Amino acid sequence: MTLAELTHPRQDYSYGFLDAFARRELRRRILKAIAIPGYQVPYASRELPIARGWGTGGLQATLSVAGPQDVVKVIDQGADDSVNAANLRRFIARMTGVETTTDTARATIIQSRHRVPEERLAEGQLLVLQVPDPEPLRAVQPDSSQAREMHADADYAQMWLSLYEQLVRFGRFMQGASYPVIVNRRYLMSPSPIPRWDTPALHQSAHLTILSAGREKRLYAVPPYTDVRPIEFDDVFFQVEDQAGRVCMITGAAQKFMDELPQPGGGSRFRISDTGYVEKLLAAARGEPTAIGPTYYDDQGRFWMPGVIRGRGDGDS
Amino acid sequence: MTLEPRTFDPPRLSDGRPLLTARELRKTYGRVTAVEGVSLEVYPGETLGIVGESGSGKSTVLRLLNLEEPADAGDYRLDLAAYAGENLLGLDRYRRRELRVSQIGIVYQQPHMGLRMGASSGGNVAERLIMAGERRFASLRAAARDSLAASEFPLDRLDDPPRVLSGGMQQRVQLAKAIAMRPALLLLDEPTTGLDVSVQALVLDTLLRLRRERRIATIVVSHDLGVIRTLADRVMVMRGGHVVEHGLADQVLDDPQHPYTQQLVHAKL
Repeated sequence: MTLAELTHPRQDYSYGFLDAFARRELRRRILKAIAIPGYQVPYASRELPIARGWGTGGLQATLSVAGPQDVVKVIDQGADDSVNAANLRRFIARMTGVETTTDTARATIIQSRHRVPEERLAEGQLLVLQVPDPEPLRAVQPDSSQAREMHADADYAQMWLSLYEQLVRFGRFMQGASYPVIVNRRYLMSPSPIPRWDTPALHQSAHLTILSAGREKRLYAVPPYTDVRPIEFDDVFFQVEDQAGRVCMITGAAQKFMDELPQPGGGSRFRISDTGYVEKLLAAARGEPTAIGPTYYDDQGRFWMPGVIRGRGDGDS
Repeated sequence: MTLEPRTFDPPRLSDGRPLLTARELRKTYGRVTAVEGVSLEVYPGETLGIVGESGSGKSTVLRLLNLEEPADAGDYRLDLAAYAGENLLGLDRYRRRELRVSQIGIVYQQPHMGLRMGASSGGNVAERLIMAGERRFASLRAAARDSLAASEFPLDRLDDPPRVLSGGMQQRVQLAKAIAMRPALLLLDEPTTGLDVSVQALVLDTLLRLRRERRIATIVVSHDLGVIRTLADRVMVMRGGHVVEHGLADQVLDDPQHPYTQQLVHAKL
């Protein structure tokens, strides 16, 4: 018996799997989230044929906004071909009839886990990030009702206290992925576990970002051209992961976010984590016509918008 | 060797305006009236002692003055430009927080009420400045160091969390945190209760020195008349939520008029 025989025909489901009421609710929540940048909007997270914690939040956001004319790209840790990404992509395509792609520039909706693509997203594109834990205050305030009060008061002193403690104890900021940011100079927001490397990509971005946590039933958004600032001191700055000295073993490119591949000899080799971008670089190397868009970081590792990353002194050039 | 002639402030009646004026404070918890009709004034640089047995409402008065909980009735003013002519009991939560951060320092009897026991001592003090909007690490560090030095905290333990410190040192961290923003009003709730006598004397010394140097208006609540006698200029005696006697410290403690005060003083001496 094959999977095709076991599953219902698509006509048995609502368009986009979710019923009309669920889609309407989600769209309203998304509108509210866009209206209040960085504010966590509660929503009724629906059951989906994948388990909570495997991207149900992002999937619901994608399913509720996708139409047949959309082009969808799904990535998981930068990869288009991981099991999770492939499953989600197939499900979205089957339920909404969208075209799928691995090309960042062509996609209208990009659902992602843990990464923002290397190529700069443009106006009209939608980035949907899957969020495991939407509450950035959880580390300092385990009580979620008190955390909500702190958000209401914009009382974020404890976050800076934890930065202070990290500097005193370790001499640097210890937060790796999911580095907290202040959105629109108002709400503290967890940008989902994207590496620090990707955090500046949300600042004054041309694209819309929707972040959705299915298990925690919260979604929030960063509208286009909105300030997104990592928390930092005025004299000790936020820094991105240093990619200096790392060269991609497939493309030879440098200054992109790399996956480290430990080697039997004890050393490591590196590979660009964004597989869609690697594909494009390889196609271009083969001489095929490829339009590689501008990237967030240039080959010297400078962020495209000056003054955003102050930590490496590349902001004033 | 000749001694420098010491200069003393001439004795005078304070002609300034009181920093703190509270009128007819009232607070009830269900059927229990904790505080009823309490009025008090504190002048800049002055220390007011509040004494009374457990349950007399003295700590409740302090909590009301710290705006920790809402009063049922009353009028509470601080003579500060930003809050001129305003009943502070009616402040909204944002301005209340702002006032508490910038103008009121408090030291609790139990250190865990005023400190984050897991964060470093310096961090505890720095948090006050962070709340007030300071975002430079170097300034935070310097301010924490200054403030802890002023409360005579051993600076080599700057980065130790209060959890691992002795009771006396924990009180010094609380004190440093309370004075970090150079507040107009300092509230001390049984600051030395629970410390052994020698440590208590050292902490009292620090408080006296701070009072002399910074001239912060202070209210100290204690059931220990020795502490009150050491620190306070004026004394208010409370019982059952009411003020029963009120006067200069020496006068009240040496020549108590009210039977309850007499009993209290004699129980001590």
